Amino acid sequence: MLNMRLAQPEHLIDLNDLIELDRVIDHGEWVEVGALTRHHRVATAPEIRQGVPLLADAAATIGHYAIRQRGTLGGSLVQADPAAQLPLVAVTLGADVMVRSRRGRRTVAAAEFLRAIMSVDLAGDELVTGVCFPRQPDGERWAFDLFSRRHGDFAIVAVALTLQLDDAGAIVALRLGVGGVGPVPMRLTAVEQRAVGLVPDGDTILDLARNAAAAITPEDDPLVPAKYRRDLVETLTARALRRVTADWPEVTT
Amino acid sequence: MTAPVTLSLAVNGAVHEVTVPPRKLLSDVLREDLGLTGTHVGCEHGVCGACTILIDGQPARACLTFAVQMEGHDLTTIEAVSEGDRLSPLQQALHQVHGLQCGFCTPGIIMTVTAYLRDHPDPDEVEIRDLLSGNLCRCTGYQNIVKAVIRAAAEIRARAPA
Repeated sequence: MLNMRLAQPEHLIDLNDLIELDRVIDHGEWVEVGALTRHHRVATAPEIRQGVPLLADAAATIGHYAIRQRGTLGGSLVQADPAAQLPLVAVTLGADVMVRSRRGRRTVAAAEFLRAIMSVDLAGDELVTGVCFPRQPDGERWAFDLFSRRHGDFAIVAVALTLQLDDAGAIVALRLGVGGVGPVPMRLTAVEQRAVGLVPDGDTILDLARNAAAAITPEDDPLVPAKYRRDLVETLTARALRRVTADWPEVTT
Repeated sequence: MTAPVTLSLAVNGAVHEVTVPPRKLLSDVLREDLGLTGTHVGCEHGVCGACTILIDGQPARACLTFAVQMEGHDLTTIEAVSEGDRLSPLQQALHQVHGLQCGFCTPGIIMTVTAYLRDHPDPDEVEIRDLLSGNLCRCTGYQNIVKAVIRAAAEIRARAPA
């Protein structure tokens, strides 16, 4: 932001040495990740890999190895790039953003925290201290996928999903989040509701993916036509659904 | 606020005192104030990887960091990679298999890969290519850099005490 002269703040405070905010705490139902936790740690911490694997997989796709050593969870949330991985996962999983100031503490749902392109619900005297992610239930499947023109670039479109199946193979719960298609990442709740009770075979996956593409209203921009984004949503959703169904590894114990 | 500030930087095991404007990039301070010109500056916005150094042992872009942020941190640059007059295993491998041509990107690649091999001693080729995606090289086509990393990793493993 500074480098591109998009932000020209009068004062700049370096938070990097607040190492107490570089932390991962497993609270059981929730996994709390400190705002200064680096992407590399988010991608590799055992508590996150076990408790919130969608988050870990998404963090592993950010930028490049050196970038992941410095970039932070809080930084990504507050920057609120519409195509960024971690805001998308926070919205998809229904995470809570923890905010603190001298006036006190408050918690705000990620979907409400992200207001518009690069704009968040944060006053000038407030600091994001961490994010609480709900633990993914046992047996839940997950997939994160994105498309960018160069490896490591910001996504044009990114998709995050979780899926629970019953013993008969029918969908009990689907969470489907998309990024890069509007000002903020969003859940496609109509598609999620449509999926319940369906058995995700090839035709059903295509139907759900088409519905996902129809549920968004991207705008044309000079580099990416709206239709291209819709096609990407369809392709990435179908691919992610296949990954959590036909391609999901059998559990071997 | 933009008046120069005096700070001490721990670089390659020595502490240096410099007086620089607070907005001066770490990459520029290393090169201009400390004379450590092995850290190269390419894109100046974190994309090309030429300025990669180690901050507390982890690879990072010196062009995305202000020098004033680095008090109390341990910096390592390309100048500290060779073992005296002996090239490091990675430097030697890059030399042997022609993993560089103009050499501009090479310091950043060496810093990135050196730190990675310390934590991942036996990477496969896919992993190496993913790692190298953070460092642009316009000469080699990367093939020989990948070969050099594989060779260096094997050499480092062979040297490690069993």
